[in-house]
Order: sequence, then structure tokens, then C-alpha cells
Amino acid sequence: MLAWTIYISFLGAAAVMAVPRENARPARWIALLCALAGFGITLAAAMQYRAGELMTVADARWIPQLGIEYHLAIDGISLTLLLLTGIAAIAGILFSWNIERRVQEFFALYLALIGGVYGVFLSFDLFLLFIFYEIAIIPKYFLIAIWGSTRREYAAMKLALYSFVGSAMVLAGMIAAFVTAGATTMNLAELARYPFPVHFQMWAFPLVFVGFAILAGLWPFHTWAPTGHVAAPTAASMLLAGVVMKLGAYGCLRVAMMLFPQGLDPWGFHVLGFGSWRDVFALMALIGILYGATVALVQKDFKFVIGYSSVSHMGFVLLGLMTLNLIGLDGAVLQMFSHGVIAGLLFAVVGRMIYDRTHTRNLNELETMRLSRSLPFAAVTFIVAAMASIGLPGFSGFIAELQILIGAWRAFPAFAMLAGVGILVGIAFTWRALQKAFFGEAAPAAEAHPLPPVTLPEKLGALLLMTATLVIGLYPRLLVDLILPSLNSPLFAGLHKAVWR
Amino acid sequence: MAWILRNLWLIPALPTLAAGISALLPQRRRAMSAGLAIGSMSLSLLLALCAFAHTLAEPARQVFNFRWMQFGAEWVSLGWVLDPLTAVMLVMVTFVGLLIFLFSVGYMAHDENFTRFFCFLSLFSGAMLGVVIANSLLLLFMCWEIVGLTSYLLIGFWYQRPSAAAAAKKAFITTRIGDLGLLLGMVWLYGQTGTLLFYDHGAGCMEHGALSLLTAQTTSIGMAVSTAIGLLIFCGAVGKSGQVPLHVWLPDAMEGPTPVSALIHAATMVAAGVFLVARTYPLMSASLPDAASAATTALQVIAWVGAITAVFAALIAVAQNDIKRILAYSTVSQLGYMMLGLGVGGVAVGMFHLITHAFFKALLFLGAGSVIHGCSDEQDIRRMGGLRRWMPVTFATYAAGMLALCGFPLFAGFWSKDEILHAAHGWSISQGPFYLGAFGALLTAFYMTRQVCYVFFGRYRSGAAHTADAQHAHGHDHAAHAASKPHESPAVMTVPLTILAVFAVLLGFAGTPAWPWFASFLGGEPLSLDFRRFAENGILPLMLASSLIVIAGLALGWWLYGRKPVEDADAPDVLERAQPGIFHALQNRLYVDEFYSWTIIRLARWGAVLSDWLDRRVWNGVVQLVAWTVRACGWFDASVDSYVVNAGFDESCRGVSGSGRFFSMLQNGQVQRYLRTVGIALAVLMVLLLWSRRG
Repeated sequence: MLAWTIYISFLGAAAVMAVPRENARPARWIALLCALAGFGITLAAAMQYRAGELMTVADARWIPQLGIEYHLAIDGISLTLLLLTGIAAIAGILFSWNIERRVQEFFALYLALIGGVYGVFLSFDLFLLFIFYEIAIIPKYFLIAIWGSTRREYAAMKLALYSFVGSAMVLAGMIAAFVTAGATTMNLAELARYPFPVHFQMWAFPLVFVGFAILAGLWPFHTWAPTGHVAAPTAASMLLAGVVMKLGAYGCLRVAMMLFPQGLDPWGFHVLGFGSWRDVFALMALIGILYGATVALVQKDFKFVIGYSSVSHMGFVLLGLMTLNLIGLDGAVLQMFSHGVIAGLLFAVVGRMIYDRTHTRNLNELETMRLSRSLPFAAVTFIVAAMASIGLPGFSGFIAELQILIGAWRAFPAFAMLAGVGILVGIAFTWRALQKAFFGEAAPAAEAHPLPPVTLPEKLGALLLMTATLVIGLYPRLLVDLILPSLNSPLFAGLHKAVWR
Repeated sequence: MAWILRNLWLIPALPTLAAGISALLPQRRRAMSAGLAIGSMSLSLLLALCAFAHTLAEPARQVFNFRWMQFGAEWVSLGWVLDPLTAVMLVMVTFVGLLIFLFSVGYMAHDENFTRFFCFLSLFSGAMLGVVIANSLLLLFMCWEIVGLTSYLLIGFWYQRPSAAAAAKKAFITTRIGDLGLLLGMVWLYGQTGTLLFYDHGAGCMEHGALSLLTAQTTSIGMAVSTAIGLLIFCGAVGKSGQVPLHVWLPDAMEGPTPVSALIHAATMVAAGVFLVARTYPLMSASLPDAASAATTALQVIAWVGAITAVFAALIAVAQNDIKRILAYSTVSQLGYMMLGLGVGGVAVGMFHLITHAFFKALLFLGAGSVIHGCSDEQDIRRMGGLRRWMPVTFATYAAGMLALCGFPLFAGFWSKDEILHAAHGWSISQGPFYLGAFGALLTAFYMTRQVCYVFFGRYRSGAAHTADAQHAHGHDHAAHAASKPHESPAVMTVPLTILAVFAVLLGFAGTPAWPWFASFLGGEPLSLDFRRFAENGILPLMLASSLIVIAGLALGWWLYGRKPVEDADAPDVLERAQPGIFHALQNRLYVDEFYSWTIIRLARWGAVLSDWLDRRVWNGVVQLVAWTVRACGWFDASVDSYVVNAGFDESCRGVSGSGRFFSMLQNGQVQRYLRTVGIALAVLMVLLLWSRRG
């Protein structure tokens, strides 16, 4: 049944293209219905799912000569991210209800992107995963290049290039693993069971990890992210930050860490104080946290603030992965969900609620507009989103970052302290942006131009995302009970044995 | 298990629920929103009284824990605890809260955002009660952060004023600096003990097993782990309770509506820091059994920080002119006393002052609110005067609160402050905190007398032409009473004042040396009435001395301000004729008073100005410096990002496209060139083939 999330998305894309050009309304509704159906299916599957098991969704022979199968399966981790995809997809469509230019193409590409993302999270065959991963890149490029703003061709090209460089690294690692394991299977579980030689893992792990982590915004390969987010139309930036960055983080965990766990073992010698790849990537993640936050502190463009904040928050995901203890990994997966929802909300406010109305994102100009008066709903939404983003208790971000901090404290105490400082800077830049954008000193003339009020689809979308972060923040067991048993499953046995603490 | 223990969660849940409902109400449902807030708070008060009665009957600590979620391999539990500490705080918060809610109905009557105000206020109460009942540092922290958030929202309630918005931001960020310490302390504690429950039938982190584990380990700088964690947790308390050096936000927080100042920034929230130290007292005081001294490093730090804060803030209060700012600095000072009490005397000493202070400081703030309301939103004490004739109830209650704050004999503050001074006197480490505390008491009596003389005595000094800026200060209906004389506030405001005043007078008798009910209740010890205890341990001489200090402070204040009242705020007074230099140097700001300059108070005044300067420049400067450093880092990182990292990317792209251009020259579509290339290639191939044939 879950496989239909992919099919519905691609069929929906085809159906949207078939809508006549004169009347765009059906295109929106088809897209929304497809997204709702996808989310509904995922939700139903989540309710039936028994914690900890690996549930096969579809399994067919595809290229038997190479042992490649069309194999879809889920565990708790992929289910969490599928739920996130469903939520983000619905919200994104609600926030692009006002698209007027080439509506059919927009929603077709949008649905194709969603289909690709569902595919990545569902794939249990490495080759299939890679195919879907590539499929997801193409629509991203066009969405930015056609419907974007601020240097859109540049940003779209940069995003595509970074993605393909990452893909190339993944591909190389993938083929090497396939050949080393006897060239008979691409099944992730079987590859995970295969004892790759340690020296092989030592170079394959960083190759694949970095390949995926580029898309997760790993410092210093993050520069595609802010420009991409800024240039993209609202829905696309919501998906970019909300879901696409998670593709990278998911790949890091599902492929790099699951297949090559010994790549994280100590080298046995020290270079510049680093004793293993784990130290190297943990430091890069930490730098990402602090660096993203400090850069966000001085941005003038509102969307750049959010863009860099994504780099900072995704740093927490990567740091959580590098803790290699259950609590940190659990926090990392939860943070993927949490950041997906929260970043979506932030981009929705900035891109749709503000930019589409005021046609500026310059914080100094917004400061004079007194938006808290003219757009109270946007102000409230942004306050909620900001509180969720800085990790206020009651929102999902708190649980996720707390777990990552505890995990990091056990693995690298000093890093945990510095990550805490990162949270503090995060508060500073979030509050600066909030103050400037909504509560600035208004010139008296500013109230002469009333802005169009916030529409119903926007309100529904904002409500959906706020509910998601609040529900998980107050009752995290909904997701934790999915994630933890899967982290404990035999799939990650290699990781347990290698470095589990 | 007792019914009240199982349902203790209802106490915070009811106001939170009320907040949720009134958040959904339209703005015009004013009565409904106020009714919800007051109704839920009354129910909470009833439940709190039940809980209190239960602990009276059965003072042993009881906990209720439940599993919340899985943290890695372990389960994290949350829960609540019912012990005397909780019960006392519950009753105090709900009772004072209820009175302030009632007062707000009158005070905010003309505000257009009345509904939102009660929504925030209810949410605050819910979160604060959550802090009080929490049996888990994690739950406490969560509620603690929500309390901070509502404080932010309420300070910035009149966000149209830039100063209010700025003050709200400053408060939020400053307290979050302290909270970072608390968060790290919590993470560390969890890392060491694997639990965040305070009490869990022997397995909690405030119980013997965990504490002996923590004291046995030492950190790399030779400090016991328990002490290090305790100090980190204390950082959170420093931020929340406005202790030096993180106190800078609290005076600015007075930008909020006055009931908010009374509830949040005087009675309850700022006391949460003190409560936190009291709750984690076992950790703070944990030491190895063979340690030489009973006072751990953590407790010494707490005592010194408290003592310094007490004097520092009292000095500044002497030089202020805004009625609420004086009270704000006084709050900071009194919180310092509470910390001092915890540091030198233990939980009961600090907590007793917390409870009495909550009542009389709420009274003072509400009295100030009544004054401000009656004087057309005037907050400058120089523009008041003689109000005792127009506002007799406010004056009488304010005087009771002021005497309680000063520690006038037999008033509530006297007993609680005296206990602190007595404990400080008997402290084995140093006598310094005792002398600081005594000096602070003198200053307290002095600045409160100054304020009362300014506000209630002399002649009413408000000019008709004054201050367009104050007009905007409140969302009130200005036109109605802009030109009128000051007037007494309506009953909905004066009744809470009267009730609070009764407590400000009588509450102290719950903890006299002869009948130390409060200490025995918290400590679970038997209680007896014994007047001979006055004579023990030098209590009586100390009481006499502290009474003399207070009376000296009062007399000094009266001598300077009451004897010859200020006639007109705007007219050039004696000071301007005597000291024009100072006058103009301070740009006509009247906060420098002539009486300072030619009496013995000159020293105190210099000290106060210096402290004010320190406050504005040094502590603020440190905060600014950190902010600028971080911003500078931001600029640096941003430029690295755009000129190095990004430029590298662009450069390699240029390389790729350059080679692409080269190769594209080879296929430019001109058939001649293709043929030429093919020809050359053929020739080269021929030569090669021939060459190889020969070889």
C-alpha cells in the first residue's frame, strides 16, 4: 500500500500536466489531493506498523543479472521521514495556492519531487535508492530556475552541481561496495551483513558520508543551501529545507553508517588531534552549528537568516549522528523531523506571508512597515515558529536537541558545551529577525498601505505545521517509539558492534 | 495514595487550560476571558489549600512519577512532588496570583488587548505552578522556559513602544544566558546519574545514592562534580532571579503593565531562581562526609553573590526617580537577601523571606500601580506628592508594605530578614555577608522612606503641561482623567491591596524565633512555643541592632525628604541654587537631590551613582562587548563565506566551463574545420601506423 505514495505522486504529476492551460484551478486541487492521499496512506501505515520490524512493501526482480531488485521496505526511521514528507508536501501546496505562472508545470514538478523523495525513503535497494535520489534533483533545479527570485539561475545551477558532485561520490562508493561484496546484490540488509574489510570501509565511509552530507548542509559544503533556499519559490524552499536536506542526512545514516560502520573506528594514529573520521565529522558539524548561527546574525535578507539557520540546525543532526550512542542517534532522527516542520513554517512566513505581499525581504525595510499590525497572523505564526526553532520546551526541537546534547555530552563533552553556545546564538539571531521584521518602529506613513490579508490556505498550512511540532514536542513517544526499536534492530548491528556505547 | 497527590497536576493544568481557551476567544469577549482566568485560579487556589492541608497532616514527602519517553536505552520519567516546600509555594503563587488577577481587571479595564493579557497571565500562572510541583529537573526546566517566554510576552505587552519591545528582548536573552548554564548542568547531571527525577524512592538525583556518587568524583579543576553541577544550575537561578551580574534585565522589565511587574517581576517568577536553589539544596550542600567545613563551595558562592547583589541593587535604588524602577531595584536587592539566606542558613531561612517578600512586594507594586493609575499614568515620583489625601487606602496599604520591606519591628519583613542576618552572623566562613546585609538594610529603609515621602507627602506636584510621553505610556483612556486630580482607585483594586496589607503585617508571626512554625514545617521538626529562645544565641541583641539600623534609615530618609517636602517638581529648588554645576551636568534630570550633597549621605550618593554607572556601563558594557564580538565573528564568517568558500566554488566552476569552451571550439558546426580535423587525424594515424609497421 505504501508504494502508492510514489505512484500517486507521479501519476498526479502526469494528471496535472493534462489539465488545460486556461483553467489552473483543477491543477491545484489535484496536487493537494495527491499530497493528502500520500499522507493518509503513510499515516495508516504508521498506525499498523509494529515497532522494530522491517516491513517489506514491494519486492520484484528488476535487473536479475546484477542482483538489483525493485525492493521497497520501511522501518521506523523511514516511516518518520515519510510522515514528514507527507506533512511538508501538503503544507507546501497550501502555501503555493497563489502561484499564477505556469501552474501546471509547477505542480507537476512539485509532485515529481515529492514522488522522488518518497522513493528514497522507501527504497531498500541501494541502486533503487540512488535512482530516486537522482530523480529528486531534476525538479528542484527547474522549480528554482523558473519560479525563483534573487539570482535564481545561479542558485539553481549551484544546487544542481553540488547535488551531482555528492551523487558522484555516492555512486563511486556504491559501485565499490557492490563489487567488493561479490557483485550479487544491492539489497541494503544483505550489504549491511557483508563484512567489508576495515581498510575498505576506512575510505568508502567518508566518501559516501560526505557525498550524502553535502545535501544535509555539512560545513564547509553548505553554500548551496542559503542561496538555494533564498532563490527558491516558497514551496520549494520549504521542501528543500524540510525534506531534501533530510535526504542527505537519511543517506548518511542509512547507507554510509549502516554499511560501513567500521569506517568510524579509530585510525590508530592521530592527525592534528583527530583520531577517527568520527572526530572529523563531529567537528565539522559543530562548526556548522556555530558558524551558521553567527552568519545568520548579520544577514540583511530575511530569507538568508532562515537559510543559515537551517545550516545550524542540520549541524545538530550530523552531530547527533556522530555521537554514535542510541540517545544521540534518536535525537538526530527526531531533529530531522522537527527541523523539517519548523523550517517549513519559517520559510512559509518569510516567503509567502511577507515577501509575496511586501515584495521585500530586506530586514531594514521591513522594520519600517509595522507588520505586526498589518499581518497579525503572520506575526503570531512567526513567533510560534521562532520559539520552536530556538528549542523552547513544548516544541519538537527541544526534545530533539536535548537528546543530541545529552548524547554529545557522553561522547564529546566540550562539543556539547559549544553546541549549547550555538543554541544561544540561535536565540539571538532569531529574536533579532523577529524584532526587526515585526516589531520595528513604524513610520507613520507606513500604515497607509494595507496589505492583503492572510488567506485560508495559508492559515491551514501554518496550523498543520504548528500542530505537528507541538504534538511531537508534548508527546514525543509518537515518534520515539518508532525510531528507537529500529535503531536497535539487527540492521544496525554493525554500528552496535563497532562503536556503540 | 492520596487523592490530592494523584491530581496535583490539576493545579497548573487549570490556568493553562484557561489560557488555551481564551487564546481562541475573540478580542471582545473581555468578561469571559477575565472570568476564565480568575475562575481557574480560584479553583487552583482551592486545590492548593487542599494540598497544603494534606501536608500539614502528613508532612512526609510524596512523589508521583510516570514514564514520559525513552531516551536512548533509558526511560525518562517526569512527575510531581508534594512536600511542604511545594505546598507553601503553591498557596503563595495561587493566592497572590488571584489577587493580582482581580487587580488587573481594574487596572487593564481600558486596554484594547484585555483578552490577550489574561491569556498570557493564565499561561504564566500555569507554567509557574508547574515549576513548583515538578519532581524532575527536566519538567522544571520546561516549565521554567515557558515562564520565561510569558515574561517576554508580557514585558513586551505594549510592543508599540520600542522601549518595551527592547526590554522584552533583553530580558529574554539575558535570562537565556543563565538558562544555558542550567541546561548544561542538567545534561551533565543526567550524564552522571542517568535520572533527572529529584526524588524517586532512593533512586532520584537529590537522594543519597546519587549524591554520594557525585561528591566522590572530581572534575579536572579539582572541584567535586556535585559542586560543578550545582554552580551550573545556580547560573540559571542567577539569570532568573536577577542576581549580579545578570540583573540588568529586571529594571528594564518594568516596561510591562504594573500587575505583571507585581506578579512576575516581584512575587513569583523572579523568586523561581531562589526556589530552584531551594529545590536542589541537597545537591548544593552535598559534601564528602569527612569534609572540613559544612559550607560547600556552591553555598559560599551563593551566599556571596546574594550579599553583593543585596547591597549593589540597594545603592542603585537610592538614585532612581521612577516609582517602579525603585521597586525593581529593591526586588533585586531582596532576592539577594534570599540567596544569602539560602547560602548561610539553609532552605527555611531563604524560603521564609521569599514568602513574606512575595506578599509585601506584590502589595507595593500594586500600590504603585494604583498610584500610577490615579495620577494619569505618571511614573515619576517627582511629579507626585501629597497623595495620602486623595488616596487614603492606597497610602495606608503602601505604608504597611513599605514598613514590611524595610524590616520595621513586628512587620513581616522584620522577622524574615532578621533570620537571614542572624544566620549570616553565625556563618563560619566570613562575617562579610553579614555586614553587607546590615548595610543593605539601612539603605532599604532609606530609599523606601525617600520614595514614600516623594509620593505621599508634601504637595501634589503634577503640572498640567507635563509629558506628552507619559500620555502614551498606557493604553488607557487618557482623555477621561488627563486633567483631573489624582483619584482613589476602584474597589476591585483596593480590596486586593487591603488583603495583601493584612498579610504584610501578620505573616511574619509564622516564623518568629519563639514560634518557628515555618522552619519546623519545612524541616518536618516538632514545634513548640518558647519565648526563652529570644535570649539564646544572641538573637535579642541582634534584633535590637537591626531594629536600630532600620530606624536610623527611616529617620535619615525622613530628615532629608519628609521634614521639608519638595514643593514643586519644575520650579528651581534649593538644589539648583546650591549646586547648579551638578544640576546641569545631569541635564536637568532631577534624580540628583540637594540633600545628598551636603549631608553624610554624600558618600552614599557617590556610591549609588557609581553603581548606577557600573550598572549602565560595565555590566551592560560586558553584555554589549560579547554581543559585538559575536557580531564581528558573524561578519568575519560571512565574508569568508562569500569571498573564500564561495569564490572557490565559482573559480572551479569557471575552470570547468573554460575547458568546456575549449572543447566546444572543436565542434562548432563548420564542416571545413571538421574535415580539416579529420584530415589531420588521418595523417597522424597514417604516420603512426607506418612507424609501427617499420618497428
